[in-house]
Amino acid sequence: MSKSCIILGSNSDIGQAIAHKFALNGYAIILASRNIDEYQKRLQQDISIRYNVPVSLVEFDGTNFSEHEQFWHSLPVMPNVVVSVFGYLGDQEKAVADFNEAYKIISSNYIGHVSLINKYVQQVKGIQTSAIIGISSVAGERGRQSNYIYGSSKAAFTCYLSGLRNDLTKHNIHVMTVIPGFVKTKMLGDMKTPDFLTASPEDVANRIYNAFVNKKDVIYIYPIWRYIMLVIKLIPEFIFKKMSL
Amino acid sequence: MYKKLIQNWGNYPKISAEVFEPSSSYIINDFIRKTPKLIPRGNGRCYGDSSLQHAIISTLKLNKFLFFDKENGIITVESGVLLSDILEVVVPYGFFLPVTPGTKWITIGGAVASNIHGKNHHKEGAISNFITSFELMTEDCNIVHCSRSENTELFTNTIGGMGLTGMITTVTIQLKKIETSYIKQKTIKAKNLNEVLNYFEEFNHYTYSVAWIDCLKKGNSMGRSILILGEHAKKNDLPDKYTNHLKTHSHKQINIPFYFPNFTLNYFTISVFNELYYNKQTSKENNNIVHYDGFFYPLDSLNNWNRIYGKNGFTQYQFVIPFNNGREGLTKIMKEITNSGCGSFLAVLKTFGKKDDFSSSLSFPDEGYTLALDFKISPKVFDLLNRLDEIVLAYNGKLYLTKDARMSAEMFKKTYPNFSHDSKKFISIQMERLLNV
Repeated sequence: MSKSCIILGSNSDIGQAIAHKFALNGYAIILASRNIDEYQKRLQQDISIRYNVPVSLVEFDGTNFSEHEQFWHSLPVMPNVVVSVFGYLGDQEKAVADFNEAYKIISSNYIGHVSLINKYVQQVKGIQTSAIIGISSVAGERGRQSNYIYGSSKAAFTCYLSGLRNDLTKHNIHVMTVIPGFVKTKMLGDMKTPDFLTASPEDVANRIYNAFVNKKDVIYIYPIWRYIMLVIKLIPEFIFKKMSL
Repeated sequence: MYKKLIQNWGNYPKISAEVFEPSSSYIINDFIRKTPKLIPRGNGRCYGDSSLQHAIISTLKLNKFLFFDKENGIITVESGVLLSDILEVVVPYGFFLPVTPGTKWITIGGAVASNIHGKNHHKEGAISNFITSFELMTEDCNIVHCSRSENTELFTNTIGGMGLTGMITTVTIQLKKIETSYIKQKTIKAKNLNEVLNYFEEFNHYTYSVAWIDCLKKGNSMGRSILILGEHAKKNDLPDKYTNHLKTHSHKQINIPFYFPNFTLNYFTISVFNELYYNKQTSKENNNIVHYDGFFYPLDSLNNWNRIYGKNGFTQYQFVIPFNNGREGLTKIMKEITNSGCGSFLAVLKTFGKKDDFSSSLSFPDEGYTLALDFKISPKVFDLLNRLDEIVLAYNGKLYLTKDARMSAEMFKKTYPNFSHDSKKFISIQMERLLNV
């Protein structure tokens, strides 16, 4: 059977870099984004010309949960690799004051992924070998005052992926959790970050692909983040709560 | 959008600029509308200040392939696509760039704006001959489709037009058919300038020709050189061990991790290098098969090679002078350089054929000899270049704007007399200098 990979969130810089990497390795690509606009059409042309693989475009809304079952049925093929990379950073201050913003963050970064991935698993469990790659964040490792709504939704996603892996290993479904630190993307915007801690989307994609091939469970990008987060997690709460992070 | 210190390949000059790097040409209207003065910029491989302004619109994220006709070798790409990416896509299908400069790390948009030439100009002309059409966002924020039959004036003024007519968003070019990705190379040693110019004439039927010149030698050996000739190899030219006839370039590079100290390149080190390079080839003539990467892009394997010149940077001086009295002109220029003691590390001589039919009055290639020289920035160098300007002017020549960072307004006016600048919005700091505005 030919290989195929769906990018849930093909408007994100990381999603696009991952699409390039899988296409380079012969995967047919399905680009899923909220709107099929001129940019997505050009992206489709670009990837199919560069790597000579079929590329299709589909629309999806990560937070429209009732449509998620239909979404998988509507695809041209059932992909073997699902990369779930869509998300919404949101505004922490606004989210604290306005639950609509908090709900949007939580549903985009957590509930939507659970809904889509659960429905996917129902379709493929016991039928085909698959891989699910979830892009979480270092923000989900410990709650900080500056972004704990976003962070807690990522923490929940990380926890979900860990449980899912435990559940699906016996069914030959590889679940991989990706925990990036700083990545030079639209989401990071103009924020100044140290170079040695900041990965490019292409770098993230290369590391994800290699980890996927090697059947890794949890990867940090860069690996140094595993130790940074370890130190951050080791700070006792009575000190941590007084820090301004 | 971000503000940063920007410099092009020569690391001279450096200016602080606001950079807008859109990923889609559909979101650039606003930036263009509200910015009084700006210039488009690709990968920054021009040497001087031709793509610098305090507001820059970068094409690097406009990097999508839009169309590839694998039968006829026609390709449409967004303007920020690099030539290296085009090669990777088209070479396996038996196509090659119709014209390529000495690096593959430039964008196609920059190639059009500079009307780039290669080692084949005397036979095949500049890139303008192979541009089928392009789309241009003009200062009133319209995207205009330009070709030889539509908006012909804008088409002509944009090719070699140094980004002054607007921002190129997509480009369609006709590729060249090849059987293999290898080049049949012939290298010939020449004892002096006269001899190499004779060889240029004798071998002008070769598609590709270029000469490396030792700029330090004086007297009878002045202008000793190695002439490098090439033709695309056919399948049966290749040894049997070459299994992949259409191999693309490798990604391996040696990185120059930091700026070398200023004294690294001096008269002594350059002369040692030149001695070794010239004498590496022991026979008068050498014939071999080389990959396109080594033939066209020898310096691309050294990442950040410009750092060898040190933090103060360097400038490239490239001129063309007509064949008529050209030998005399070249001899005078070589004498001036050897007497100055300012060694040029890289000196490359080529010949140009007839001027292209469709190109701006700023376009550089014109029938004659063209010599490109690299000089480390120093006060002495600027004096030398001013003296060279006089000789270039006396022999009816002109300088390449894509390399320039220091030409005077007066020199520009005399050598590009037909140019008039219409856009108030699209202007580089180079053009402000050259137009005295």
